[in-house]
Amino acid sequence: MNNDKLILGGHEFNSRFILGSGKYSLNLIEAAIKDAGAEIITLAVRRANTKDGENILDFIPKNVTLLPNTSGARNAKEAVRIAKLARELGCGNFVKVEIMRDSKYLLPDNQETIIATETLANDGFVVLPYMYPDLNVARDLVSAGAAAVMPLASPIGSNKGLATKDFIQILIDEIDLPIIVDAGIGKPSQACEAMEMGAAAVMANTALATAGDLPLMAAAFRQAIEAGRKAYLSGLGRVLTRGASASDPLTGFLHD
Amino acid sequence: MENRFLVDSDSLSEEALKRKHRLETDPSSRTDHMAYMEGMEIIESDVCENVISQMKSYDYTKYTAKDVKAALEHETCTIEDFKALLSPAAEPFLEQMAQRARLETGKHFGNTVYMFTPLYIANYCENYCVYCGFNCYNKISRMKLSMEQIEHEMQVIAQSGMEEILLLTGESRGQSNVEYIGEACKLARKYFRMVGLEIYPVNTDEYRYLHECGADYVTVFQETYDADKYETLHLFGHKRVWPYRFDAQERALRGGMRGVAFSALLGLSDFRKDALASALHVYYLQRKYPYAEMSLSCPRLRPIINNDKISPLDVHETQLCQILCAYRIFLPYVGITVSSRESAEFRNGIVKIAATKVSAGVSTGIGDHESKYSGTEADGQQGDEQFEISDSRSLSAMYSDITGEGLQPVLNDYLYV
Repeated sequence: MNNDKLILGGHEFNSRFILGSGKYSLNLIEAAIKDAGAEIITLAVRRANTKDGENILDFIPKNVTLLPNTSGARNAKEAVRIAKLARELGCGNFVKVEIMRDSKYLLPDNQETIIATETLANDGFVVLPYMYPDLNVARDLVSAGAAAVMPLASPIGSNKGLATKDFIQILIDEIDLPIIVDAGIGKPSQACEAMEMGAAAVMANTALATAGDLPLMAAAFRQAIEAGRKAYLSGLGRVLTRGASASDPLTGFLHD
Repeated sequence: MENRFLVDSDSLSEEALKRKHRLETDPSSRTDHMAYMEGMEIIESDVCENVISQMKSYDYTKYTAKDVKAALEHETCTIEDFKALLSPAAEPFLEQMAQRARLETGKHFGNTVYMFTPLYIANYCENYCVYCGFNCYNKISRMKLSMEQIEHEMQVIAQSGMEEILLLTGESRGQSNVEYIGEACKLARKYFRMVGLEIYPVNTDEYRYLHECGADYVTVFQETYDADKYETLHLFGHKRVWPYRFDAQERALRGGMRGVAFSALLGLSDFRKDALASALHVYYLQRKYPYAEMSLSCPRLRPIINNDKISPLDVHETQLCQILCAYRIFLPYVGITVSSRESAEFRNGIVKIAATKVSAGVSTGIGDHESKYSGTEADGQQGDEQFEISDSRSLSAMYSDITGEGLQPVLNDYLYV
């Protein structure tokens, strides 16, 4: 377990919890770092530059890796511009590509995401694209130079959990990059389930932001993710999904 | 009961008074409010028909407590559910509606509340809208700020910490043309992260020009979606053309604006029908322009200079709260703005339920930010206000009040790309 690191773009991380950026609160950032053990925190560039007062950048310790996202981008061109702006602001080389052409469900635009990923990877960014779980798209993202693939579990903010479970499993089985489950994770048990499936990490925000006791929920996520990871590494035992197995083997008639 | 809007100014000439009275009393003296004037762009769109047919057939008396309960139980709020939530039958369920609304607001916006301030740069107006302080027959101090004055106002506002500004003018192309507004947008981009516009409706190419000047959000209030009622309130001027106004948001989006805001002015007509139409205007446009950001406001009528009796009639705070909760449940992803027309107490309460954006440090007058912000006597000319505000809190007071309610004030959530 001690050598079980999450590796993204050549950087090693001990924590497999990533804090998303949707709901902005400084208490949330503190709880995510202290209680959930987050080493990566997403930052919406469009909120980064608040002058005077509470600049979100001031609240993030130096040992935490910033993951600026391109939220607000409606196409690849805008995403690339926002990513470059983030680098100029001193947010480092990591970028989470988020491209939405839909203000209602905030679903990602896979086609534009591939284009932006390629452009940014060629420009030296460590690119983590947020996507709708589609195997063909995931393969294109690998070719485009992504450092990980971030499929959504269910619509952002919905807290509905692994609605796309079967398709995420396909990505985990077929893609050699880390699969980070993003969006829709509503409770620790869902995060645990994603980790048991073999996800490399889980990103959450709303589930923590809207919890009654932030630090307690942050700690619960940490434990759930660690438990899920251990279960995955240990190899899940025999799980009967439907009824009992036949006591007489169906192949009992074979004698040779 | 109806509002008594008509007031005669003693400074009007006999001829002007005669014209005014004729407009007020003789419908045949007014232009056709459904006919476009010269230069007004006509776009092909089915949104208006969808909205208005729903509004016309809406009989809110037919909904019962059973419909309201069902609406609150449904995971997705349909148009029919929304109609039930806006009906009188929903009033006893206001607390349940508020609980559900708060849940939806939390899912989509967390604890955040965005802040902005309006900046009126001119109050000349070429229209006679009987309820508005800027109307061309109202005797008020008129003013149009020069670019130097606009920049000074912006500096004063920016120093307070504000990062989002909404530029407003009276509706006069003659006094405040598109180029003048465009230059103001360019200045605003220097001082603010986000520049919105609330000006007279313009054509698509003009919205495109204003977008290139730095504006990215357009607010147009339809005032009332009941075109027949609209005709009796907007007696003269280009604003009289109801369909051109209705399509303004769609033209703005076609012109490249990122977002658009909508509203009826509650108290002018049947508020339940107007609330339904406002939300459906958002709903149908969102289906057509899914990438656009949209928001709803909910202004109620306020007293104006020379007519302090104007009131929102039957739209009391309870009804306003019901409308806002219904908006939130039906359109959980849409921003909801509550302006300084409402009291501090109401705004403190509603940001915990449904509102996501509030104004602060507000003046609806012209060129008076320095005196209002510093509490000093004004040394130059100032233009009169469009209406009386109710909540006069400064940005810092609003910021600390919102924080005190356990919410997170946000000054900017936007990038011009």
